Amino acid sequence: MKLRIYVTLKPGVLDPQGKAIEHALSGLGFSGVDSARVGKLIELEVADDTADADVDAMCRQLLANTVIENYRIERA
Amino acid sequence: MKTAVIVFPGSNCDRDIAVALEQATGTAPHMVWHRDTELPAGIGVVAVPGGFSYGDYLRSGALAARSPIMTAVREQAARGLKVLGVCNGFQVLTEAGLLPGALMRNAGLNFVCRDVALTVENAGTVFTRGYTAGEQVRFPVAHHDGNYVADPETLDRLEGEGQVAFRYAEPVNGSARNIAGIVSADGNVLGMMPHPERRIEPAHGGDDGKRMFAGLLEAVGA
Repeated sequence: MKLRIYVTLKPGVLDPQGKAIEHALSGLGFSGVDSARVGKLIELEVADDTADADVDAMCRQLLANTVIENYRIERA
Repeated sequence: MKTAVIVFPGSNCDRDIAVALEQATGTAPHMVWHRDTELPAGIGVVAVPGGFSYGDYLRSGALAARSPIMTAVREQAARGLKVLGVCNGFQVLTEAGLLPGALMRNAGLNFVCRDVALTVENAGTVFTRGYTAGEQVRFPVAHHDGNYVADPETLDRLEGEGQVAFRYAEPVNGSARNIAGIVSADGNVLGMMPHPERRIEPAHGGDDGKRMFAGLLEAVGA
């Protein structure tokens, strides 16, 4: 089974990379970009019987730093 | 006094901090590989050095924080072992949950590599007792992810409890409240981005860092 883990910065956490992207887009002439936020996509191939609780534990213990990041699990 | 330095793949300040510890104690520290599961018996201080452990993959310090030796460091820290994390070591200690908050990409996105002025905020910790409160010292910084972040309640608690050990005299990397180094609630764990171990003799351009190691080792009975 394929899992996609989206790791994103929590709202309110300043994202300097996102800011730089936002500025670069406006520099390219794209107007109306109000905000850019950079996150991560982690794809996992796991056994079909992997428990949801285990996937959640993987996210909390390693894949996301819950001090600054949120995560969302998507089953492909 | 016996001391130890943890070595991860990608550590690059492990030898610098070993020299600083040896200078302060007269004895070379144990170099402990990240896959080891136990710290040497009878050590008083363990250093988590700077560098780019695991190539900063996933997040700086994230993978090192989950290596086998860190379980032992966490257990010993709970019993009062003095733990000093510098630069990547600070990132490892926050990732390991030994210190609150997180270190994010520098606000200016640049890798910052220069000397910076720091104010000693709390000279009452075992790590800073060689200084006086309010004193300015100069240490080098060399990091990409030194932007200290924590929620406002945590920041207020750190300030209120005297857990801010060092503050940048002026903004360096976007750190909340210019925090450069913090101690744990129990005071036995210090994490800081600047490098005291790179400032321990006149040939380094100064020896402001020497007093940290001397004070710490004196406190633990070296």
